[in-house]
Amino acid sequence: MNATFLFVVIVLLAAMGYWLGRARALAVAGGKGRVLHSLPSQHGALVALWAAVPAVIALLAWTLLVPEGQRAVNPWLRVALVVATAGAGLWLALQRVRARQRARNHVEAVIRLLLLLASAVAILTTVGIVLSLLFESLRFFALVPPHEFLLGLDWAPQTAIRADQIGQSGSFGAVPVFVGTLLIAFIAMAVATPVGLMAAIWMAEYAGERVRATVKPVLEILAGVPTVVYGFFAALTVASIVRRAGESIGLEVASESALAAGLVMGIMILPFVASISDDVIRAVPVSLRHGSMALGATHSETVRRVIVPAALPGIVGGVLLGVSRAIGETMIVVMAAGLSANLTANPFAAVTTVTVQIVGLLTGDQEFDSAKTLSAFALGLVLFFVTLALNVLALQIVRRYREAYD
Amino acid sequence: MRTMSVADRTRSGVIAEFPDAAAGTAAKPAAFETRELSVFYGKKQALKGINLDIDKGEVTALIGPSGCGKSTYIRCLNRMNDPIPGCRIEGKVLLDGMDVYAADIDPVELRARVGMVFQKPNPFPKSVWENVAYGPRIHGLAATRAELNDIVERSLQRAALFDEVKDRLQEPGTSLSGGQQQRLCIARALAVDPDVILMDEPCSALDPIATAKIEELIDELSGNYTIVIVTHSMQQAARVSDMTAFFHLGDLVETGPTDTIFTTPRDERTEGYITGRFG
Ligand SMILES: Nc1ncnc2c1ncn2[C@@H]1O[C@H](COP(=O)(O)OP(=O)(O)OP(=O)(O)O)[C@@H](O)[C@H]1O
Ligand SMILES: [Mg+2]
Repeated sequence: MNATFLFVVIVLLAAMGYWLGRARALAVAGGKGRVLHSLPSQHGALVALWAAVPAVIALLAWTLLVPEGQRAVNPWLRVALVVATAGAGLWLALQRVRARQRARNHVEAVIRLLLLLASAVAILTTVGIVLSLLFESLRFFALVPPHEFLLGLDWAPQTAIRADQIGQSGSFGAVPVFVGTLLIAFIAMAVATPVGLMAAIWMAEYAGERVRATVKPVLEILAGVPTVVYGFFAALTVASIVRRAGESIGLEVASESALAAGLVMGIMILPFVASISDDVIRAVPVSLRHGSMALGATHSETVRRVIVPAALPGIVGGVLLGVSRAIGETMIVVMAAGLSANLTANPFAAVTTVTVQIVGLLTGDQEFDSAKTLSAFALGLVLFFVTLALNVLALQIVRRYREAYD
Repeated sequence: MRTMSVADRTRSGVIAEFPDAAAGTAAKPAAFETRELSVFYGKKQALKGINLDIDKGEVTALIGPSGCGKSTYIRCLNRMNDPIPGCRIEGKVLLDGMDVYAADIDPVELRARVGMVFQKPNPFPKSVWENVAYGPRIHGLAATRAELNDIVERSLQRAALFDEVKDRLQEPGTSLSGGQQQRLCIARALAVDPDVILMDEPCSALDPIATAKIEELIDELSGNYTIVIVTHSMQQAARVSDMTAFFHLGDLVETGPTDTIFTTPRDERTEGYITGRFG
């Protein structure tokens, strides 16, 4: 009998436990509600938990502890173990149904534990990912010294991948990659911040209630467009427009330019910045607007001198969240920014980013302990910490600002 | 009762139709004259043809049970009802004989002449100094920084706040105590040099000591400024005001010198309210 079937058995026993427990509690109460400390359904739930939880633990323990070979030998032993545990739990719990039993408190404690476990899964996975990043990076730094990685100006990680290929050992100076990332993020924010802020001011202050009720959801939908769509828009449309525009004024523009990728990324982040800014602008208390108006300020003076300054911390927080998205964004830059690790601040040149390099390093056949492959983890680690720091900072700012008005 | 359309309001000669409206107080010049003022929120009528004069340089208290339209009335005086959606106004409000609701009146200029202090202190999240400098700046009242500094200091002094905050002018206005914040808001209103100050329950968020300070301040300001104060405290109305107007369910029931209203009210609704028999 397989584990799925055993699960079904456990569930059925638990359901039975619920009905028996509830019935028993009702019998104890003898029809008078206030006799019981807890509701009959809570007694039922407690019995069900007693039937299910030990049995599930037994099933898991068996699966983990009994070696593979023996499992085939005694399949019925497992069935017997699980059913016996469930039955014993059920029976014991049924005996304990009393008027003053604190079934509700027990059930609630178990529910709390379940919720705790669920959040622990999320947190532990993150911790696991960070640890794996960290350990792989340490292996990388055993091959390439950290200062060479963090300060080196030459990025050419293509080492030999087959034993018979005697290639160069590769160089792992990540500065061009970081600079490319920052350049594109900077261009993106140069687009997203002013346009997003102005859009937010218009939405929050000038647009009618009905217009806003349509524009805001549309913005939020825009924020959910898969970035690969923006990516080919960047690669096919914007890149060629940028190139033609640049050439028409006599500039040399690479077919994959930082500018094209940055512009499209800015458009991607724009709704995000606009939406957060709109929220924080609208969170500015009406009393401040009235205070300013009553002093004879016009609407635009009120917006410029009172409302935006009051909302500024929240807006900065939103912009920082936007920056962290820009830095972590992958698809657009993979498709539009190129792979060449040029150390340049020229927006018309092709640059590469941390995310593009990670993708490049880990796609195709890889040798999993070469410096080339491991360098992806080091890049990932840097990316992780930078975006983490930005997010923490941004959320801190947004939160402190919210508290100020509560 | 007669109501007027917006077109009527801009026609001249309306005042002459109500010669007896200000009969009781005809001796003193009126800062505000309201004639047949009605206010509607959508279909609901909040004020029903109010005729009330507010004397220059005096303190006028508006009293009456909750929801009777005191705030609605006071907001008509500086057109702070304008931004309320669905709010419609009929009748006339005259400030020194000038129709406040006439087409050529800029509410922005009006509000510079008619300052307002709100129920809950609402300093801007800026420094104390910036809070007071805000109004003079937007109206261009100071040519130099030194002049602006003067205005700020003088306003804080008039609001009886300067000594308490002179060492913390650069601290945020929101870091002051509630009573200080309210005096900061008064200083902020004084800084644009208004003729009139409207106060809608300025002490209802304050403790008795802070309240006493504000009342003292109102006393000092009266004479130089026309003050209209909404209050739920009979004692406060009796202490600070020269004139009292009693509102009830959108009607102006009775108006007159404060001591007369409090000692020998003519209307039984007024008497009931001030003696606490209904509210
Ligand atoms: N913005 C608004 N929209 C709709 N109705 C309103 C609005 N403001 C006030 N009202 C209504 O107008 C009437 C008068 O309200 P107002 O706020 O002027 O009363 P008030 O005398 O100031 O009361 P309180 O002493 O409680 O402040 C009330 O019935 C109120 O419900
Ligand atoms: Mg009110």
